[in-house]
Amino acid sequence: MKISCDVNVQHLTRVEGHGNIKISIKDGKVREASWEVVETPRFFEAMLVGKHWENAPYLCGRICGICSIGHTLASIRAVENAFGITPSAQTADLRLLLKHMETLQSHILHLYFLAAPDFLGTGSVLPLAKTHPEEVARALRLKLLANDACDLIGGRRLHPTRTVVGGFTMLPEKRQLAEIGKRLQECVPDLLAAAELFKTFAIPDFSRETEFVSLKGGESYPFIGGGLVSSDGVRKKEHQYRAMTNEYCQPGFTSKLSRLSRDAFAVGALARLNNNFALLHPTAREISAALGLSPVNHNPYLNNVAQLVECVHVVFDSLRIIEAMLDTPWQEPRQPVTACRGKGVGAVEVPRGILYHYYEFDAQGRVKKADCVIPTSQNHGNIQRDIAALARDYARKGKTDQDIELLAEMLVRAYDPCISCSVH
Amino acid sequence: MSDALSYLGVPLSRPRVGFFELTSCEGCQLQILNNEATLLDFLNLVTIVNFREGMSERSDDYEIAFVEGSVSREDEIVRLREIREKARVLVALGSCACFGGVNRLKNRFGDLAWVKKEVYGDFAIETRDVQPLEDFVTVDLKIYGCPVKKEEVERIVTNLVVGKAVRLPEYPVCMECKANENICLFELGEPCLGPVTRAGCDAWCTGNRRGCWGCRGPAEVANIKELEKIMTRHGFSREVLIDRLECFGGFASCLDTLTGKKKKAGRNKA
Repeated sequence: MKISCDVNVQHLTRVEGHGNIKISIKDGKVREASWEVVETPRFFEAMLVGKHWENAPYLCGRICGICSIGHTLASIRAVENAFGITPSAQTADLRLLLKHMETLQSHILHLYFLAAPDFLGTGSVLPLAKTHPEEVARALRLKLLANDACDLIGGRRLHPTRTVVGGFTMLPEKRQLAEIGKRLQECVPDLLAAAELFKTFAIPDFSRETEFVSLKGGESYPFIGGGLVSSDGVRKKEHQYRAMTNEYCQPGFTSKLSRLSRDAFAVGALARLNNNFALLHPTAREISAALGLSPVNHNPYLNNVAQLVECVHVVFDSLRIIEAMLDTPWQEPRQPVTACRGKGVGAVEVPRGILYHYYEFDAQGRVKKADCVIPTSQNHGNIQRDIAALARDYARKGKTDQDIELLAEMLVRAYDPCISCSVH
Repeated sequence: MSDALSYLGVPLSRPRVGFFELTSCEGCQLQILNNEATLLDFLNLVTIVNFREGMSERSDDYEIAFVEGSVSREDEIVRLREIREKARVLVALGSCACFGGVNRLKNRFGDLAWVKKEVYGDFAIETRDVQPLEDFVTVDLKIYGCPVKKEEVERIVTNLVVGKAVRLPEYPVCMECKANENICLFELGEPCLGPVTRAGCDAWCTGNRRGCWGCRGPAEVANIKELEKIMTRHGFSREVLIDRLECFGGFASCLDTLTGKKKKAGRNKA
């Protein structure tokens, strides 16, 4: 069928940061199909140069308004690796728990506030408060729980205060931790109801063969530290991240982009799930199967479902961590830090994919060189190619302008891009 | 959500509100969505007509504009002036909007060509020295903080709706910290800007045993010289003090006095 269509979305809504979608189809032929990133750059890697090490996690957490905890943890890990510090088991567990609660918070925000309105035919979550009060109340309950847990462990849900190189400035009280555990138990039915809701959503039928990159879990589903794996068979250690991220610049883009075995790859919940499915909690795997997601799946729209599956996983894993913590007396919250000359990489699976921070320090512990590679910048190339493929597909199928615009918007949103973060 | 809004029996109209962002992490806007427990009540107070991060509908008809972020590119100046023209009240939301925020740290090199090269190599990229909103437009109200404190945003918006004056504390964080009976950070061996930073955050960081980095800018009487003596007495170098004073841009003028640097001239107010 011959169709013509012009889609021009300036500053896509319901995503973090500023990006544009342009699709032009003439007589069934795609003339243009692009994803542009026009966000203003902030130059964090330059800001850090000459700064004392303790500035790094404090400043770098402020790269992102959603995953500031992930940035802070990646930054802390990079500093600790540079100085040869190994966190205590208690610190590692608390950081993972904090990370889990950020994942839950961020995924719920994306699923209900940014993605769900498309499936329910509204422009935002606001009208849903009237038409779907129970669902909205459930989302707010889950998000509040995750944020309260972040406040309790990290000191603050956004730009955390207690997280420092060497550990934590202070620890939660055990009774507060037990209370969070109780609320996590009680939230399981909410998650199951969320899965039922998502089952009713019509996920667009689209897929494009993609290389998926994530950290490689050993004993457990990967979140903090370790090597990476790609579905094309690439494996790299944490300190070799540059051989994976291969950043390059492109006109029309204020963010850098990445490529590995092919011209683009994908990171994020779907990549993590595709590469580490067996390490998910059994209930999370069951829900994944019930929602029609089994590895390796190449439909980017299913990243939404993968996020929901990860919510289930982090809730059960948090319960495990809290239970063990309640049985163990608190140790010192923080170990002493001695700065030295060195280089360190910190890898963290943040909600949108693998985040790397790298610093090089002089003998006084001042930053000589900094590098932060953001998951969304790794996804930009893949989003571009998905949009091109989507335009080709739907030009053939003869969809209307409105349909194509909505599907393209939903596609970008499915990646849950954090554009301001990618242009740090 | 109820349909009619009243205060002490007097009917009120819901102001039309827009949220906008320039160079920022967008975290201050997210703080609004982070008000889970009171979010629906808060939303009932106003009519949100522009919130790109959260909704697809857009309108240019708004009375109150909340602008997050600092100015760091020419197109942002144009955008900011457009918003100013349309809004009756323009609120600077967060430290980036009020002072330039952490973004301003790139100004300290005084060499934008080097800054660009350090991050983008030879790739052409547009940027300018970071400036706060008030360098370009009249700002009616400032909400300080990195991030802003949600309780404070809610209180201020409620005041705007019912027509009450908005008063921000002028005393330092130290007062709130003492009132909360926290152990003094200096006693714990941590440097802290609590004695000179504007309160209103309820000692958010210091209550978590993290020294204050001055995100809300100077209190009314900020005695930096005396703070430097306290810092020296506790064994902290001038670098530690400067790191904190320059972190969010609020202490720029105090910093110039401290380092003996002349204040940069050249404002571009419309």
